[in-house]
Amino acid sequence: MTIRTEPVTINLGPQHPSTHGVFRLRVTLDGEVVLDVEPVLGYLHRGSEKLAETRSYVQVVTLTDRLDYTASMSNNLAYVRAVEKLAGIEVPERAQYIRVISAELQRIASHLMATGFLLNDLGAFATPLMYCFRERERILDLFEMLCGARITLSYMRPGGVFQDAPEDFWPALGFFLKDMPGYIDDLEGLITDNEIVLARTRDVGTLSAEMAINDSITGPILRASSVQWDLRRADPYEVYDRLEFDIPIGSVGDNFDRYLVRIQEMRQSVRIVEQCIRDIPDGPIRADTEYFMRPPEGDAYAAVEGPKGELGFYLVSDGGIAPYRCKIRAPSFINLTSLRDMVVGWKMGDLITTFGSIDVVMGEVDR
Amino acid sequence: MTRALSGQELSRRVNEAFPGKASRFNDADVWIDTEALLDISRFLYETPDLDFQFLTSITAVDYIEYIELVYHLLSMRLNHSAILKTRCHTRDEPKVPSVVEVWRGADLQEREVWDLMGVHFEGHPNLKRILLWEEFPGHPLRKDFLG
Repeated sequence: MTIRTEPVTINLGPQHPSTHGVFRLRVTLDGEVVLDVEPVLGYLHRGSEKLAETRSYVQVVTLTDRLDYTASMSNNLAYVRAVEKLAGIEVPERAQYIRVISAELQRIASHLMATGFLLNDLGAFATPLMYCFRERERILDLFEMLCGARITLSYMRPGGVFQDAPEDFWPALGFFLKDMPGYIDDLEGLITDNEIVLARTRDVGTLSAEMAINDSITGPILRASSVQWDLRRADPYEVYDRLEFDIPIGSVGDNFDRYLVRIQEMRQSVRIVEQCIRDIPDGPIRADTEYFMRPPEGDAYAAVEGPKGELGFYLVSDGGIAPYRCKIRAPSFINLTSLRDMVVGWKMGDLITTFGSIDVVMGEVDR
Repeated sequence: MTRALSGQELSRRVNEAFPGKASRFNDADVWIDTEALLDISRFLYETPDLDFQFLTSITAVDYIEYIELVYHLLSMRLNHSAILKTRCHTRDEPKVPSVVEVWRGADLQEREVWDLMGVHFEGHPNLKRILLWEEFPGHPLRKDFLG
């Protein structure tokens, strides 16, 4: 005999520990099974695109820090690359290497946070998160040496970076790189073979490759669905074409694959930074540009492979000192497109882990 | 390296299939007729040697005399990209066909453009405001919105 049940609609959020910010999900449940999900966004909307229209090109860098606040360096890089493309600025080689080093360190920091919070969502409350934060702290210390800030960095400028790395930075970076592979091993030892993690994440929230491409999904989620697409390789920017690294991919695109891809990407990032330290030349760190630059009329789109996916900026110039239009292609926002398909039919607890494995940052979703 | 398809090349291909629909082009972009957007999108998606299966982003820019929509397209298999543009010459309720049935990744992006720029996407399954609330007056990214 089957028991007839009534579907219930509940609000998950906007204040909820597992929504990673101020985010609301209207979930329709049949008992514990998810029937429908509707994301409700905008609680953190600050109008960054409109604000950018009244600021000079250099000032907009500070706005980009506050998009994905766990990966300011990547945001800076995407924006300044769009300005450089618009204005036709050549970046000195040393600056390109420093930018790659900081972007890759930022990727490690962001993936550590994603992994920690995924474990948090799985019910391993706080302990694995603090392990991840311990390592992230060292990266933030390195950023503090570079630019004095830890989260809202504003380190990059159109044409380069605003100051050279201090003398002490290089040995500190060397120590960190020496320790990091061991940390990742420790982390993997705790998580990757863990029976509970495997039971909760294997084959849960799968996303097929075709659907990922049709839904404009990018980043680790796309690669977990076994699509080998990484802008650093497919459309190399800065000095990535001179560096050796692998692009890890998953096999089925479930929560576990997404976790594993991030872990492997951290190892590759360490590899990239090591090569950069070996190859970095001396020289200037910033091209000679005016503070109030006036790029010629026109438009430009530039994107980088951020920790969450393809982060792009589309800038339109009318010849003035402020961008006429500054559109942000935010990966976290677009990656929410397939959330519904990933969670419908799964249990409420799986919804939480799947959402955690997508790794969205609300500052970037709402802008 | 991703090869950017030139405007000449793309407009030639589009005009072969849809005569006169890709009227203007420059080195990078091609401007197409608004009414033909959905058919051209499907053509670009389905033609094997174009293979634009990935919609990178949709942008709307307010140029005061017209509102321009910019579609960045990508083929991951062939590693080439293209930029498609179309113009709406009216400011009250400009209408554009929705491309959600071709690229589902357009879903949230079209809702965002409707919310912030007030472009109505015909045929979108769920065209509601996304970042702002339903009662919000106006569309803030327009140049005549002064807050």
